[in-house]
Amino acid sequence: MQFEFNIEGGDFTNAGTASSQVKKILKQLNVLPTDIKRIVVSLYEAEVNVVAHAYRGNILVEISPEKVVLILTDEGPGIPDISQAMQSGYSTASPHVREMGFGAGMGLPNIQKNADDLKIESEVGKGTRLEIIINLYKP
Amino acid sequence: MEFEPYTIAKSSQMNIGTLSGLLTAQIVCNNDQLHREIEYGFASDLMSDVLTLDTDKVVLLTGLANIQAIRTAEMSDISCVVFVRNKKASAEMIRVAQESGIVLLEFTGTMFKAVSILSQAGIKPVY
Repeated sequence: MQFEFNIEGGDFTNAGTASSQVKKILKQLNVLPTDIKRIVVSLYEAEVNVVAHAYRGNILVEISPEKVVLILTDEGPGIPDISQAMQSGYSTASPHVREMGFGAGMGLPNIQKNADDLKIESEVGKGTRLEIIINLYKP
Repeated sequence: MEFEPYTIAKSSQMNIGTLSGLLTAQIVCNNDQLHREIEYGFASDLMSDVLTLDTDKVVLLTGLANIQAIRTAEMSDISCVVFVRNKKASAEMIRVAQESGIVLLEFTGTMFKAVSILSQAGIKPVY
């Protein structure tokens, strides 16, 4: 099952609408609540990152019985030093982003905490691609 | 001089209705969800901090009255948000909260006052 969403850079009013829709879909599919939370928290953090830093972006959600794969691709400034961006507390967010309750340098580390696998590719001046994999609980 | 021994209130669960009564807070929406249980409290204006929680039955106390506070509660499975310092929920915030069944409360006092009242009533810190 595949779903696609667009994200507009700077549009904080709508940040989180894609994550909200994915949450509804996962609930309908009877995914375990603890798994849903890991998925939607990761996706929301990544969605807010695109809104906060990029010009526009795209989310691809692939749901299978074993795992959920979230791919976020954006056109934006890119990340010059990914290992620095992964450090808790490091942020380049604007004052406006901080006023919205974000920009504390906790997003990427929190995605890593919730995900079973996280891949980040970025090119300065072009954009960033995040691939987040979350394995679903099997009883 | 002898100090009064510091006692930690016995921990307890309470429903959102009881919690709103303790705070004498204004119930903004989702009156039909007041039965939901609360055991822990978290007070922050930083949504990034809220998103790191993996505790259930949490009430969020915040002075950040914007749509992202509601979205953060939605993603974190938080069923009740208390806006402190007399902050008001906008029509858009109420609409999103109604979609997710999140009870919004408005409290006229400070964050510290809200935390004190709930702590004395036995609401526990997340960590």
